[in-house]
Amino acid sequence: MKKLVSRRTILRGAVAGGAVGMGLPLLDCFLNENGTALAQGGGPIPVRFGTWFWGCGMNPARWAPPTEGLGYELSVELQALDRTLDSGGKLRDHVSVFSGFDVKLDGNPNYPHGSGPASNLTGLFAPADGVFGAPSIDVLIAREIGGFTRFRSLQMSATGNRNHTYSRESATIRNASEISPMEVYARIFGPDFADPAAGEFVPNPRWTLRQSVLSAVKEDRDKLMSRVGTHDQQRLDQYFTSVRQLEQMLDVLLSGPPDLPSCRRADDPGPDILESEVFQNDLESVNQRHGALADLLTFALACDQTRVFNMIFSAGISELTVPGLNTTHHQLTHDESIDAELGYQPQATQFVLASMEAWAGFVERIASVPEGDGTMLDNCLVFANSDLSLAKPHDVRGLPTMIAGSAGGRITPGIHVKGNTDPCTRVGLTVQQAMGLPIDAWGANSLRTSLPVSEILV
Amino acid sequence: MAASLFAVVAGCAVAVGCGGGDTSTSRDAPATEGGPVALRRLTSQQYTQSIHDVLGEDIVVPSRLEPDARLEGLLGVGASFVSVTPSGFEKYEAAATAIAEQALGSELRGAILSCEPSSASGADDSCASEFIATIGRRLFRRTLAEDEISMRVAIAASSATELGDFYAGLELALTSLLVSPNFLFRVEEVEPDPADESRLRLTSTSVATRLSYLIWNSTPDDELLDAAENGELLNPGNLTAQASRLLDSPKAEAGIRAFFSDLLTFRRIDEGLVRKSPTEFPAFTLTLAGDAKEQTLRTIVDHLVTNELDFRDLYTTRSTFLTPSLGSVYAVPFRGEWGPYEFAEDGPRAGLLSHVSLMAITAHPGRSSATLRGKFVREILLCQTIPDPPANVDFSIVENTDGELRTARERLGEHVTNDACAGCHQLMDPIGLAFENFDAIGAYRTQENGVDIDASGNLDGQSYNDAIGMGQALRDHESLGPCMTSNLYRYAVGRSPVSGEQALLAFLDDRFAASGYRWGSLIGALVLSDGFLTASGQREAEEAAQ
Repeated sequence: MKKLVSRRTILRGAVAGGAVGMGLPLLDCFLNENGTALAQGGGPIPVRFGTWFWGCGMNPARWAPPTEGLGYELSVELQALDRTLDSGGKLRDHVSVFSGFDVKLDGNPNYPHGSGPASNLTGLFAPADGVFGAPSIDVLIAREIGGFTRFRSLQMSATGNRNHTYSRESATIRNASEISPMEVYARIFGPDFADPAAGEFVPNPRWTLRQSVLSAVKEDRDKLMSRVGTHDQQRLDQYFTSVRQLEQMLDVLLSGPPDLPSCRRADDPGPDILESEVFQNDLESVNQRHGALADLLTFALACDQTRVFNMIFSAGISELTVPGLNTTHHQLTHDESIDAELGYQPQATQFVLASMEAWAGFVERIASVPEGDGTMLDNCLVFANSDLSLAKPHDVRGLPTMIAGSAGGRITPGIHVKGNTDPCTRVGLTVQQAMGLPIDAWGANSLRTSLPVSEILV
Repeated sequence: MAASLFAVVAGCAVAVGCGGGDTSTSRDAPATEGGPVALRRLTSQQYTQSIHDVLGEDIVVPSRLEPDARLEGLLGVGASFVSVTPSGFEKYEAAATAIAEQALGSELRGAILSCEPSSASGADDSCASEFIATIGRRLFRRTLAEDEISMRVAIAASSATELGDFYAGLELALTSLLVSPNFLFRVEEVEPDPADESRLRLTSTSVATRLSYLIWNSTPDDELLDAAENGELLNPGNLTAQASRLLDSPKAEAGIRAFFSDLLTFRRIDEGLVRKSPTEFPAFTLTLAGDAKEQTLRTIVDHLVTNELDFRDLYTTRSTFLTPSLGSVYAVPFRGEWGPYEFAEDGPRAGLLSHVSLMAITAHPGRSSATLRGKFVREILLCQTIPDPPANVDFSIVENTDGELRTARERLGEHVTNDACAGCHQLMDPIGLAFENFDAIGAYRTQENGVDIDASGNLDGQSYNDAIGMGQALRDHESLGPCMTSNLYRYAVGRSPVSGEQALLAFLDDRFAASGYRWGSLIGALVLSDGFLTASGQREAEEAAQ
């Protein structure tokens, strides 16, 4: 953490042409070189971090791979990973699986569908239902590596609900999700996108004028800060951090098209079906939305528009359904009998399988982009997680997580690790260390750990 | 509504210390120190309403701004804790640009621009300055400082020169007002009370903003700002006059709708999140959901404002409004556009809790939920707390059902035969079972899976046989009035009560009861109370809700 502030100052001066400096919150000044250190051939290749969430967990005995280590045997609920990638090799060999890592409650309330993600993504117990005790892991990482790109991070949800997000700046400040492929396209690949294929780059004169608007807003800062209490000063800090992020976006736009060989403008997904009159959470519609969002995200990553993302396939209280079913995935996990012969809930389980198919498809998309000597997946770390293990009793022991990608060579992929009731925070600590965060330990109480999953760390 | 407001003024004016004999029969308001003030981010409704009031009803305000956050049951409380995230600011900036383009486009600018630029193709500082000062005052809810105006005049000038267009330049100045924290957040400030320097009161302009967003859900008009900046709102008589004026304005309907929409979680309908299984409930479209919300809001406005009736009777009234598509869900014939309707005396419906809106909100996509309905009544209407679920529950009992449990009562029996579950579920499920005659979209039924529904039960000592009896029990519940007082209070001040405010809440509820639960009386007593007009200071970080 040495010389951080000065480096930031130099960078701002270089990029923004000596724009007026503002008091930067310390976390915002964190810069490391991990994101751009891995120069291969011509330009530097960024390393990206993302989360991928599905709701209502799995059936532990059917989901956990029967064997450990590299080349693990695929379990029945992870058959979706049995795919051959276009770039060669098995998808399974790019995905590590973590079974038997527990959310430890230490007697704290188990808020149904809430305590799991809160603990898994912050290392702390949920202080109240729906509330996180600290910023979520993606925000911690975005503060480290998100500062150079057009978007600090992108949040998306295939559920049609913008409030479905596990990304938190603080206990009460949430990063809302994009839900509409059409709107995501407009935001990333609309008129502001500098298409590398478009010939000579001509900056839009409006970008400079927009910067002058933001400068005026910053002039309001000091006076307002002096009029409010410390609670509001923190909130205004967040506001002005967001103003700076938009300035950053304009700086990036003014600097011209991205310099990455695989970058091109995504296809327009066309109008979407969110506004239609009837229920839209049947698997086919959700898969379609998730696919469209994942495509846009993949193109955005290939163009280095962001280095941090969060994707939600289904929410904790999963509303997935299929035609003819008058109930939902979540409701089934509670109402459906456990089939005595099978030992699981057959109807609810079809949504576990569908979720794993969607996850496999998501990773496969990222792996379809050539980058450096391999694929973009080699330069990503995607952390898949759910809210529960077995949903029927809201069990948070053995919370299922996975990691796809090699994080630019920092992760050995394709390993199954059994947690044997160790805290789930071991995986979260590993993720942060792989992304270059300078921490030795993470979490509190029984969730505190200083033991990363060394099997996968290079 | 002003008549009932005035009815309480005499008592309240005494209570806030303006002298004269106490002509009211109730006791005085207890001296109270209000809790801390904080910045309150405009809700998306307030944002839209404010834009329409200042720049014109014709402006199309982009939807899907930064989402509002519900905290302690209210978006109005969440607004004191949220900030603006990077993606949120991007949306605010895009919205501001789109709004400014429309407002200063050739069609609409005549209505808001009082001066002609000396040249349409270049800068005109004096005209720009006039516009920024006038519009800025409405948006910032106070007169702008010189430098706040001059830096925006400079933006207008340089942009106008660059773009060769006075109006395009002014658009950027307007954009800078619309993305400013001074617009996006309502700033509440305090100052020492000259009558007692140890106490802090809200400044006159802060009172104006509180009042305006409470009653109109929008920004103050020029008359209210004039009164505020003359310090008039620090005087109870002037404050009463302004409050009455606001309540008498047609804009007051938006205010009461906003409060009940927030409390009853109607935002979920606005966002298209109340959806039902299309195979099971093909009638339940987004349009129908919107109509159902409108039905309930019309019923509330008609009952509380137009007819000034007892608030508690909202839970027993058979008077409502329908459209033909709602009529088909209620299985009653109804033709034409929106119109009043009386549910039959001997029919199964009475009160808001028999409306499609609330029955659909408190149900799953495919079936009703006695648990969600009970939770709604306990937490939102009676302000009771359901304990947190325990860390470790032995779920072996609920894990295996034999598939033969055909009614909700049978299924939920599992909850109450298990000690760990029973503690919480006994508070919720029995109340919710009263509504089992209404399915997941609120349509009436007498059987579930071929078995007769038993909707009988007991609400804190009062027995009932069905939802109508439940509505009556709720209407008579001792917590109903105090809970509504507390909800409106929290909504008005943007936070939960702090210790020391309980006596004030009891007093306000007394006034509410003494008026026969007339809405105007509650608002009148509230806005003249110490809780509305004083504060302990600015909220400090450690007090932030977890």
